[in-house]
Amino acid sequence: MAEWICRTLRDGGLEGEHAPALIIKDTIRCPLSSFVFDHVLSQLSSFILSNKSQSKGIVLVALSRSPLYYQQFLKSKGYDVVDSPCWIKALDCYSDPLGWKSKLVESGSILNRDPGSSFTSSLCKNVRDLDNLFSSIIEIGKELAGDGKGRFVVAIDSVSEMLRHTTVSSVAALLSNLRSHDQVCCLFWLLHSDLHETRATAALEYMSSMQASVEPMALPANGQIGNSMNLSLMEQNYRRGKFCVRVKRRNGRVRMMFEELCVEISGVKFAPVSSEDNVISQSLVPKVQFNLQLSEKELNDRAKVVLPFEHQDNGKTTQIYDGRKSLNEDETEIHEKVNSSGKGEIIYFRDSDDEMPDSDEDPDDDLDI
Amino acid sequence: MSMNLLDEALGGGGGGRVILIEDCVETSGAFVVHHLLKRSLSNPHSSDVVVFLSFANPFSHYDRILRKMGCNLVIQRDNKRLLFFDMLMLKRADGKKGEELLLALYGEVQKAVEVCLSREGIQHITLIIDDISLVEVDANGSSNLVLDFLHYCYTLTAQFGCSLITLNHEDVYSTVDRPALLLQSEYLADVVIKAEPLATGLAADVHGQLTVVNKGLRLDGSGNSISRIRNFHFKIKETSVDYFYPGSQLK
Repeated sequence: MAEWICRTLRDGGLEGEHAPALIIKDTIRCPLSSFVFDHVLSQLSSFILSNKSQSKGIVLVALSRSPLYYQQFLKSKGYDVVDSPCWIKALDCYSDPLGWKSKLVESGSILNRDPGSSFTSSLCKNVRDLDNLFSSIIEIGKELAGDGKGRFVVAIDSVSEMLRHTTVSSVAALLSNLRSHDQVCCLFWLLHSDLHETRATAALEYMSSMQASVEPMALPANGQIGNSMNLSLMEQNYRRGKFCVRVKRRNGRVRMMFEELCVEISGVKFAPVSSEDNVISQSLVPKVQFNLQLSEKELNDRAKVVLPFEHQDNGKTTQIYDGRKSLNEDETEIHEKVNSSGKGEIIYFRDSDDEMPDSDEDPDDDLDI
Repeated sequence: MSMNLLDEALGGGGGGRVILIEDCVETSGAFVVHHLLKRSLSNPHSSDVVVFLSFANPFSHYDRILRKMGCNLVIQRDNKRLLFFDMLMLKRADGKKGEELLLALYGEVQKAVEVCLSREGIQHITLIIDDISLVEVDANGSSNLVLDFLHYCYTLTAQFGCSLITLNHEDVYSTVDRPALLLQSEYLADVVIKAEPLATGLAADVHGQLTVVNKGLRLDGSGNSISRIRNFHFKIKETSVDYFYPGSQLK
């Protein structure tokens, strides 16, 4: 399914259509979206380098992680972004987003700025100006795409950082403009949904054609952190998650897909959801050294136990002994003697209506010993 | 220095890491700051420098505490291995406020980092900020401005390989919405250390619990992934802190 998303992005949109756009969301409970972002970046790089994609390059807008991080990440995947021909460029919005360093250099307070590398195309010194940012992205993209009709991919890490500096409407406008640009093949961005109001997240979801969210496999029960069960669940959420994708089709139909996501040293792996894990994760039984659950045989035996006297629910009304034998009673007795099959039988009459069945009261309590 | 549970949970030194310490009124995380300060200054090869931005206490406060732990901050400061910025004093002298103040402060920090790294033998710089909630006071309550300042401090980790250690109080913010400042810091940190009281309340022998979340992917000798989350108890003594797993009594 993750591969399907990457292929959809690779294929781009049809003529006259907006470019496909993927939003990757997560929350602090399972903060694995950056791994998914890296995975998509790596896959698209692979398609481009093997000429399987209609796009010629990737414009990476780096806001929350340094371009150096991406350079090292892509190198670890076997893609040399410095020496080999240019197919990816980073717009560095990380090193000096507000121009503080430039001002300090001008005033002589600090010596040098980051020398940068050929991987970094340009340094953005004002992330609040989204119009300028849009122009920069398109300019870099056109350089990568070469001729007039070439297309490029835009990756933004992360839109949460952008929203800190500008309004939701400006960011939405930027994304919309990118999607509708002829030369943009596809677009994907990262968002931490718990950093923003619901309406902001919803507005950005409307800008996308595919929504991928990373959710925890299981939530720790409310209570002590020190509980070993909670700790292992918390730890699991830093390594594994549920990958949920919602896709809006052209005909209006919405398709939802689920996969399991697992982060390993070599990268992130996706696998179909296993039902076993769901059962385990939903179990709230604490891990103790004695058995708190019933086996199959024990459940069956329990169902077969005949409850005593009044609890048998066999339709007989509760009869209370009032000390006098009535005509009705005699008849009942004779009736029962006739019908008795010869087996022993306990006929129980409750002494009084005041006595609750299964009373814990000790009948010898009134003895004065 | 011998390894205790906190050191084990933090893993090997490693430059360029961001460590966030969160505490609350019932359980102060200051002892973690002191421990990490001592740890950063304990490198026998003297290739490390600490830049300490103190918004909470004067130099004498830390000097007194670290002396009991066997670390002389005056000597370290004189040897230029500790650069101490007493923000309480600096602020009054400057008269700057808000973005201007934080921009200037960042300038001082980067200048200090550049100067230190240009000295022979210095390889690694640790920047410690105590504490973030007081930076917010200087930012006139703008948590966004504090995040901007922190972002620039983070860029030092990428550009110069510095480590960054910050302390923030979990309970000074509204409990209705988890505030962006705390959450954003947690997203960006490589290690989050949370100091909390015990669920059972006050105790004489155990002063609280620490939960250390180490997001770095690590493997042990046999290729198995090392546990990322550790939880253990602590007891603060006069000259040191004892760390132990719940239930194991230290005599």
